[in-house]
Amino acid sequence: MSNSTDTDDKAAEIRRLMATEGSAIEENTKGFNEKRKQAVTGLENYEELRTRAREIKEDAIDRLPELIEDLRASIEENGGHLYLADDAADANRYVREVVAEENADRVVKSKSMTTEELDVNDALEADGIDVVETDLGEWVVQLADETPSHLIAPAIHRSRESIADLFAETFDPEDPPETADELTGFARERLGELIRDADVGMTGANFVTADTGTMALVTSEGNARKCAVTPDTHIAVAGVEKVVPSTDDLSPFLELLARSGTGQDLTAYVSLLTPPVDSPTLDFDDDETPLSERDSDREFHLVLVDNGRMAMREDDQLRETLYCIRCGQCSNSCANFQHVGGHGFGGETYSGGIGTGWEAGVEGLDTAAEFNDLCTGCSRCVNGCPTKIDIPWINTVVRDRVNRGEAPEGTDFLVEGLTPDEEPGGLDIDKRLFGNFETLAKLGSATAPVSNWLADTAPARWALERVAGVDTRRDLPEFERETLVDWFDRRASTVPDPTREVVLYPDVYTNHVQVERGKAAVRALEALGVSVRVPSVPSSGRAPLSQGMIATAEDHAHDVYGRLAEHIDAGRDVVVIEPSDLAMFDREYERFLPEASVERLQAHSYEIMEYVYGLLENGADAAALRGGDEAVAYHAHCQQRTLGLDAHTVTVLEDLGYDVVTSDVECCGMAGSFGYKSDYYDLSMDVGDDLAEQFTATDTRDREVVASGTSCLEQLDALLSRRPTHPIQLVAPR
Amino acid sequence: MATTTTTLSTFEDALDSLGVDCTRTTVEAFATTLDGIVRDPAVGVPLPFNIEYPESVAVDPTAADLERAATGVTPASLGVANYGSVLLPSTADGTEPVSLYPELHVPVVRASDVVPGLPEAIDHFGEVAGDRAESTIVATGPSATADMGALVLGAHGPETVHVVMLDE
Ligand code: SF4
Repeated sequence: MSNSTDTDDKAAEIRRLMATEGSAIEENTKGFNEKRKQAVTGLENYEELRTRAREIKEDAIDRLPELIEDLRASIEENGGHLYLADDAADANRYVREVVAEENADRVVKSKSMTTEELDVNDALEADGIDVVETDLGEWVVQLADETPSHLIAPAIHRSRESIADLFAETFDPEDPPETADELTGFARERLGELIRDADVGMTGANFVTADTGTMALVTSEGNARKCAVTPDTHIAVAGVEKVVPSTDDLSPFLELLARSGTGQDLTAYVSLLTPPVDSPTLDFDDDETPLSERDSDREFHLVLVDNGRMAMREDDQLRETLYCIRCGQCSNSCANFQHVGGHGFGGETYSGGIGTGWEAGVEGLDTAAEFNDLCTGCSRCVNGCPTKIDIPWINTVVRDRVNRGEAPEGTDFLVEGLTPDEEPGGLDIDKRLFGNFETLAKLGSATAPVSNWLADTAPARWALERVAGVDTRRDLPEFERETLVDWFDRRASTVPDPTREVVLYPDVYTNHVQVERGKAAVRALEALGVSVRVPSVPSSGRAPLSQGMIATAEDHAHDVYGRLAEHIDAGRDVVVIEPSDLAMFDREYERFLPEASVERLQAHSYEIMEYVYGLLENGADAAALRGGDEAVAYHAHCQQRTLGLDAHTVTVLEDLGYDVVTSDVECCGMAGSFGYKSDYYDLSMDVGDDLAEQFTATDTRDREVVASGTSCLEQLDALLSRRPTHPIQLVAPR
Repeated sequence: MATTTTTLSTFEDALDSLGVDCTRTTVEAFATTLDGIVRDPAVGVPLPFNIEYPESVAVDPTAADLERAATGVTPASLGVANYGSVLLPSTADGTEPVSLYPELHVPVVRASDVVPGLPEAIDHFGEVAGDRAESTIVATGPSATADMGALVLGAHGPETVHVVMLDE
C-alpha cells in the first residue's frame, strides 16, 4: 500500500542499504556475474547439462515421498539415522536432543542456509551450547549479529576494511589483522581451536542420493570437511528437496553449480560422504595411537526438513522453487540486487529473485511481500538458472497472491472506473494504476494535450504521489492526440507489389506516446517493399502482469491472440516494436494460451529490427534505409537480450555503416513502472547510473544514443542530456 | 582403465592453471621424488601402491603427529583430467584428515587412474558408494576463500597442493 509513511520508510531503508552495503555488494556480485558468463561459455554441453539437471529435479520432486523412503533405508543400512522434520520447531527439537545426548558443549557448523531458516543456532544457544559458524563469511555474520546477505556469500555486503574493524572491536588483538591474508589467518587460527575440541559437527548438504545415502557438500574452505570428521558426531540438515535418486545424477549439478554461482569450474572441495564415514576419530592429544588403529566409531544424523516444502510440491506455481540448487546466479545477475543486496532484496533467510518463492513457501506471503516488488521481471536471470526455473514468473505469482490477500483500507474509489481489470478489491492503488495503463493511455490521448498539461500540474503530481506512489521527480509520459492507429487509418498504403505483408503491433506506448517510432517503423517496412497494416489490437498484458495481475494479463492474451490469429492465417507476419511485449508472446503467453496457439503466434512474431535484419538477409535493398557513418551507443532491452534478439539490431546498424558501441549492464533500472514508484525511484536511478556512466565515457559521450525499450528510452532520457531514439527511427527514411 | 596421453596432458594443464605443481615419477624414483617435495615434518597414509616411502615421511601418524605436521601425503583413487581434481577416499587409516590438516598436501595418483571427466569419476564413485558405503572428497586445488575481501589460498585446509603422478 503506497501511503506516504510506508513509502518514506521503504525508500529510506533502500537508500541506507545503497549507501552502506551497496558498493561491496555491487563489486562482488558483478564480479561473480562476469565470471559466470565466461565459465558457462567455456562449457561445451552447458545447455545439455541444464536440461538434464531440470529433468532430474522434476523427477525427484515428483517421486519425493518414495525417494525419502529409499534414502531412509540406505542411511539406516549404513548405520546412520534419518529424521524427517515437519517444521522448524520439530527439526530443532531433534537437533537439541542429539546434542544433549552427546553431552556436547560446543557445536561447530559449516555454512547452511537451511539451518538459518530453522534458527538452529538460537535454539541451541538457549540450551547453553556454544555454537560456532566456521565458514569465514558466516562467522563474520555471526560475530556482527547480522543475517547473510547472499545465498552463497553471506558476508558479501562487507568490505575488507569493515571486517578488519569488526575483528578489532570483537577481539581487541594486539596486532590487528588488516590484509585479506591476515584476516583469513586470524580467523583460521581462532576457528581451528574451536573445531579442535568441538563435540558435534553440523553441516548442510547440497544433494543427497537416495540409492546410496551419500550427501554431496560443495565447499571451498575445508571447514565443512573439518566439521564433518573432527567431532565424532555429525548432524547434517537439509531441505527435503535436496534428495535426488542416485549418485548417477550428481555430475550435471556439480558441473553447473560452481560455474553458475561464482564462475569457478568446480569449488575446491566436493565432499561425497556416505556416513558414518570410515575416517578415524580424531583426538589431537593422542600421541600414542596411529590413526589406522583408532576406531571410527561415529554417529550420523540426517535431518530432512519439510517446513512448507511438501506443500510447495503440491502447488503448481511454487513447485519449481524446489528445483533451485541455491547457486546465487539470480542474485548476481539482477541489477536491483547488485545495488541493495540480500538485506533489501530478501526475506527472513532467502534472498534474490528465487528468494520470493522460498520465503513464500517457507515463511508465508507476508515475508515474501516485503521484497517481491524488487523483481521487475526483467528476466536477465532466466537463461543462467542451472535448473531453468522461470524466476520472474514465481515473483509474478507471489505478487498476484499478495494482491489477492488482505484488502488494505484505502481509497480504491479514486481509481475505480479507470481500472477495468479482473483483480480483487485489495489491490494496491499503484499496482492498479500501472496495471491499467492502457485505459489511462486511451483517456490520455483522447484528451491530449489538456491531459498532459493537467497531469503535470503541481496538485496533480502531488495527488499522484500521495495516492498512487508515483514519484514527482519522474516526467510523466506525454500522450499524443493522434494515435498510431488513427494516423495509419488516415493514410493510404503505398507499396505496389509487396514482398510480404506485415501487421505492425501497436503496443500501448507506441500507439499513444512514442507514436513517432511507430511511424518510422511503417516507413522503414514500406521502403523495404513490405505492405503494412496497423489494426487496433489490445495491449499485450505486460503492464498488468508486471503488477502481478495475472487474471487480467491472461484476458489480454486471449484478446490479442483472437485479433492476430486471422492475420497470421492470412499469411501476415506480426512485427513488434516494444521488446517487453514480444517477450510476453514468447514467454508468458505459454502459460495462458493453448500450445498450438502460442506456437503459431511465436512462429510468426518478430522484433522490428530482427525483421528488418531478415528482410535485408533475404535480398531487400539496404539502400532504401538511412545509412550513415555516425557513431552510436546502443542499449538493448533486458527482455530482448534474454530472447537473444539484441544482436540483430547491432548487425543491421553496422551493415548500414554505423559505428556501434553497446552497453553491457543487465538493466537500465526503469523496468516499466518500477522507476516511477516513489519507493524505488532512488534505486532505479542508482541502477541507471551504471548505464549513464557507460554512455558518458570518453569514447561514448558524443555518440547518438539508441535503445529498443520504452522504459530504457525514458530512463536514458532522464539520465543523459542527449535525447535517445529507437533504432528504427535512426534507419527509417524520413 | 586405459588412460591416453591426451588425458594426462589435459590433467597436467588443468593442475597448472590451478597453480598446483605436478611431478611425474616411477616406482623406483618415488622415494627420492617425494623427498624433494615434502616439508618437514611430514606424515603419510600407507599407499596402496607398490612403493616405499622415504625416511622423511612418518607413515601412519598419531593425531598429535598430524597436528604438528607441515605435509600430509595421501593416496588419491582417481584424477579428473579436465578439472585437475583428485579423489581422496575417506579411508580408515586417515586419508581425509591427513589430506586436510597440514599446510601442504601431496596426493599420489597413478597415471593409469586419471579419467577424462567428472561423470567418469562419479560413475566410479557410485559403485563403491553403493557396495561399500565409501566416502570420498573431490579436491580441486588448495583450499580457498574470498570472504575476507580478496582471494586467499589456504583457508581451513591446505594452502598448497603438489600432485605426484605415478607410472607403474
Ligand atoms: S533459482 Fe536458479 S539461479 Fe536462482 S539460486 Fe536457484 S538455481 Fe540458482
